[in-house]
Amino acid sequence: MDRHDPAPSRRGVLTGAGAVALAAVVPVGAAATPDSMRGAIRAVVGSAEVGRGKVTLEIPALVENGHSVPMTVSVDSPMTATDHVKAIHVFNERNPLPNIVSIHLGPRAGKASVTTRIRLATSQRVVAIAELSDGSFWSDTVEVTVTLAACVENR
Amino acid sequence: MSRALVKVPGTARRGEVIEIRTLVSHVMETGFRVSNTGALIPRDIITGFECRYNGEQVFRADLYPAIAANPFIVFHTVATESGTLTFTWTGDNGYALTQSVTIRVA
Repeated sequence: MDRHDPAPSRRGVLTGAGAVALAAVVPVGAAATPDSMRGAIRAVVGSAEVGRGKVTLEIPALVENGHSVPMTVSVDSPMTATDHVKAIHVFNERNPLPNIVSIHLGPRAGKASVTTRIRLATSQRVVAIAELSDGSFWSDTVEVTVTLAACVENR
Repeated sequence: MSRALVKVPGTARRGEVIEIRTLVSHVMETGFRVSNTGALIPRDIITGFECRYNGEQVFRADLYPAIAANPFIVFHTVATESGTLTFTWTGDNGYALTQSVTIRVA
């Protein structure tokens, strides 16, 4: 006999449950940037517009250990004397301090790509902002989920 | 005293973009942690790193407590001429460490 059981299959139930759990972990409406990060960004950018694009921020989407998270930030730029990246600033929204690192480059860098390891206190968004030699600012944002947080003993 | 590891290619073609990998041993104590007696552990981090190529600065970074212990930084520079790359780390409590590497550019 053909088995077209109308009751939900075990596989269907499990994938459905997984989807629900994932939706619970990733807050959909978490667009509000905490003020401390916005302030730190304003201190660097001033009143200039920050465009999206050109910058690529690479952090694993799911981080097991927040004490050491590999991060690579690169900017699409020819790095010539007239068109290069002057600085790259990386910010977070839920560590005790909004700043992570500020990198100063010039045409002698040859390639605007920097890798380091950072600390993340909890699941949050990380923002990289690049300042180009023409004075424009570009950014990239990554949402990171951290399972073992860094430095949160007293929070 | 802490030590640093720097990896630079020994030789390069003129104009080639080379990758430089640096690792320095440091606790990077954030200043936000509390000891088991309840006292705040004072901040002790590396705050600055720079690379000079024959005396001219080619890379600089300002570090904050959000950089993981034993700061690991990978960056790039153009091999312009034979000479010396000097790496300097500075930080809290008068921390300063300098390391030099020579490069031959053909």
